Amino acid sequence: MSAVELAPHGADTTKPKARRGDIAWRWWLVMPALIVLLLAASGPLLIVLVYSFLEPGNFGGVVWNFSTDGWFQVFFTRDIFDETLVTPATAHLDIFWRSIKLALYTTLITAILGFPTAWFIATRAPDVRPIWLFLVTIPFWTNLVIRTFAIMEVIRNEGLVNNVLRGVGIVSAPIQMLFTDFAILLGMAYVFLPLMVLPLYASMEKLDFKLLEAGYDLYASRLRVLWHIVLPLVKPGFIAGSILVFIPAIGAYVTPRILGGGRNLMLGNLIELQFGQGRNWPLGSALALTLLVIVVIALLFYIRSTSQPEGQRHG
Amino acid sequence: MGKRNFSIAALPGFATIAMITFVFLYLPIVTLVVYSFNEAASMARWEGFSLRWYEAALNNRQVQDVSIRSLVIAAWAASLATILATMAALATTRNERRFPGQTMVYALINQPLMVPEIVTGVALLIFFAMIKVSTGYQGLAYLVAAHTAFCIPFAYLPIRARLETMDLTLERAAADLYATPWQAFRHVTLPLLVPGVIAGFMLAFVTSLDTVVITEFIKSAGQDTLPTYMLGQMRRVITPEMNAISTLFLLLSLIAVTVFFLLSRKKA
Repeated sequence: MSAVELAPHGADTTKPKARRGDIAWRWWLVMPALIVLLLAASGPLLIVLVYSFLEPGNFGGVVWNFSTDGWFQVFFTRDIFDETLVTPATAHLDIFWRSIKLALYTTLITAILGFPTAWFIATRAPDVRPIWLFLVTIPFWTNLVIRTFAIMEVIRNEGLVNNVLRGVGIVSAPIQMLFTDFAILLGMAYVFLPLMVLPLYASMEKLDFKLLEAGYDLYASRLRVLWHIVLPLVKPGFIAGSILVFIPAIGAYVTPRILGGGRNLMLGNLIELQFGQGRNWPLGSALALTLLVIVVIALLFYIRSTSQPEGQRHG
Repeated sequence: MGKRNFSIAALPGFATIAMITFVFLYLPIVTLVVYSFNEAASMARWEGFSLRWYEAALNNRQVQDVSIRSLVIAAWAASLATILATMAALATTRNERRFPGQTMVYALINQPLMVPEIVTGVALLIFFAMIKVSTGYQGLAYLVAAHTAFCIPFAYLPIRARLETMDLTLERAAADLYATPWQAFRHVTLPLLVPGVIAGFMLAFVTSLDTVVITEFIKSAGQDTLPTYMLGQMRRVITPEMNAISTLFLLLSLIAVTVFFLLSRKKA
């Protein structure tokens, strides 16, 4: 099948001139979307880079003088009394570490819950699978603030869990769950779980179950079949799901703000602070770009692990 | 695959964990909805069924304002994003080899999905602050522009998927029958594309309603949308009025997503 028939305007794209016309026409069509994306999504990222090298203004904003202080303050603190005394910015580094840790734990929890769930769906009859999948996606399309609020309703001191525990008589005073790291973790696992289930399901749906049968015929235990046949085959889904969960989790802002209270900060809240009370836009810009670098590293890791000829072994 | 022996696919404990997952996914939402009907002002006890919180929510002037603002922004952003995404999808499908720069186009279109929302929020806060200072314009266009850009990939994906599975012999037949390119597009391609376009619109609409971090960063004073309003209220004492608002909002998203689901299920 050639492009001749496929080109919607019927141009003969095999001729160089016509192909050039086809390409020009395609660029015209795609241009408006690209302009909007460049103006309101990608382009402004460059301005963040510029701002991270300026001096903060007294009431927010910047003073147009070159300065590396923004970046310096990401990692180090200068003593208030003695400018030459430099110590690592432990408060920032703690939040970085916390954010990475919480994002990794979130990924792990969603994987532990998501794998059996995706498997369950993939092993249903083909006609009911879309319905199960739809059930997984409904909460995902519900507003993030509402979903986080819903988790709050469950773990509040006067929430569902504490009401039940007190009603049964297990505890006399409510267990403090809200405004803890546990709350953030639970909230993020709840919010991002569908992002793990969907790619896992996509890789399981393609699975050839005859391979499992062969494994069992050769007297492999269920664990061995799971470990040596299933896991290698669904690995791409695992990696994709992990990336999809990790990226929004490391940059989470709403969930830690609502469930973590004011004290349990994550990177997203630290960034917001610089543009609000902190009035240090260069530091905020540098922090935002640091977050972006972490995300890019995660994405590069993803691209590397998917482009390797890993699958060949399994044919 | 043929007949599959069920025991081969069954792994012990997996069904149980799957059920736990579904309970985990729905228990909080059900709790939220149930307590929106509670007569009492606190979750501590159940004082009987009541619609008073719905009445309070619907009569709350601020809630009315932010809801209308959310819907207006979502309608604008989803419409613009769908038009732009449809054009982009037409430009990036149905060629047997990619045109020069097509990979870059893909990367740009999907970029909002890759960058954490908070980074985009910061970038737009700075960029729009510059424009606000130089033009003096403070209106809703900033929010519409930001939402439109953010919604483009969500509208683009279902439309492109539709174009890729569409039967193009009809289009060719139209060309063979001397239809002009525009006629072929208007009377053949477009009608076939409609389910994809509506699905894309629905997804974009829900995405705009869901966008909270970007809005929180770039809104001017008095430009709260429903999610940022709710986020602000979370710091105060929460009454079941919040549950009632959430339930209504939930219903709206559910309708949009169901339409999307039904449309994207139908094969071309």
